[in-house]
Amino acid sequence: MRYEAPKTLEQAIALLAGANGRARVLAGGTDLLIQLRSGRAEPELLVDIKAIDEMRAIAVEAGGCRIGAAATCMELIENAAFAQAWPGIVDGIKYIGSIQVKGRATMGGNLCNASPAADSVPSLIAAGAVACIAGPQGRREVPVEHFVTGPGKTLLAAGEIVTSFLLPRREPRSGDAYLRFTPRTEMDIAVVGAAVNLMLDDQGVCSRARVSLGAVAARALLVPEAAAALIGTRVDAAALARMAAAASAACRPIDDKRGTKEFRIKVAGVMAERAAVIALERAGRNN
Amino acid sequence: MSRNHVSATVNGDSVEFLCETGQTLLEALRDELRLTGTKEGCGTGDCGACSVIVDGRLVCSCLMLAVEAEGKTIDTIEGMAAGESLHPLQKKFIEHAALQCGICTPGILIAARSLLERNPDPSESEVRFWLAGNLCRCTGYQKIVEAVLDAAREMRGA
Repeated sequence: MRYEAPKTLEQAIALLAGANGRARVLAGGTDLLIQLRSGRAEPELLVDIKAIDEMRAIAVEAGGCRIGAAATCMELIENAAFAQAWPGIVDGIKYIGSIQVKGRATMGGNLCNASPAADSVPSLIAAGAVACIAGPQGRREVPVEHFVTGPGKTLLAAGEIVTSFLLPRREPRSGDAYLRFTPRTEMDIAVVGAAVNLMLDDQGVCSRARVSLGAVAARALLVPEAAAALIGTRVDAAALARMAAAASAACRPIDDKRGTKEFRIKVAGVMAERAAVIALERAGRNN
Repeated sequence: MSRNHVSATVNGDSVEFLCETGQTLLEALRDELRLTGTKEGCGTGDCGACSVIVDGRLVCSCLMLAVEAEGKTIDTIEGMAAGESLHPLQKKFIEHAALQCGICTPGILIAARSLLERNPDPSESEVRFWLAGNLCRCTGYQKIVEAVLDAAREMRGA
């Protein structure tokens, strides 16, 4: 197994494209090293993308944020401007492993690992984030909700890399939040995750919303029916109850040792409702 | 199998070593550099026994390749005491008997120092959350948390 740490994206793409599918991208490595150790991954080449400046950059601007796919979770948590603009994404990132793991793990890796329970993904979907991809055929952009095609599977073609995430402008009177259910508060994997991003008009009526659920289907879901239950309301108890019901109705979970189907369906509505209440409170503070 | 040449700074000293691509930083520290204070617990990033600081950042050395250490500055438990003089955290761990078998101790000391460098006055809850990635299977958490809080007090001069 060879190791390369190219300084430019072009070099990285050429290395990947030349490896006939026998290469893996190394970002934080918190998933990949475990796959290497267990023998589940046996690449001939590792392409470390952390020496590529544009993949590490965090740019928080009035027009939106661009987050390098290889920026670490701790770098994002410690970036005050990012945490203020997208507290719901930071909620999700904070749940990823320990401080040690967050010191290495990246949002690009969390997305590309394509776990249905990835904690940063529902918040990215609720935010309306776009994954920016570069490859041998050039660059393209894909909404995050379309990126994962199933457990461990993405729509990346050979030689393609996720370079960054593009987040829209954070509008006044808008806010987001992510909650998950786990038996333990730390060092656990989501049984259910729910992210809500909403915006109020100057009368306090919800004018836009996006709701996303994790760990309740083969991939994180965007749930327009749940968002529709909030839009046009003051996010009162009746609207929240309709939203929770729509969230539960969208779930297509599996039974496993961490939770039954019935439990996940029920809890998805509860988590979505509680996340919406936090997002509403944050929107109220963001004038 | 090609071997990679790595130059890094470990505990203030310039070091060079050769490693296989698949070797972790933990393996290089222990087997190539003979710095065996850093322990292997789980090998999958869950237990924190292998915690080290890389360029100021607390990480699990089992989740980082040795070859990624090129040009990096690494601090391990061997660099924590100043000669014969123990770090306040080390003194407080002895004073509070905050260790039993000792396998988790180097990682916890490194993690705790990283916390106190960022937050000299953490609450008990902040200590517990920061150390959530460091497992002690002797279940000695209470004394560990007390020792960290006491060391923080002493380091603040309070």
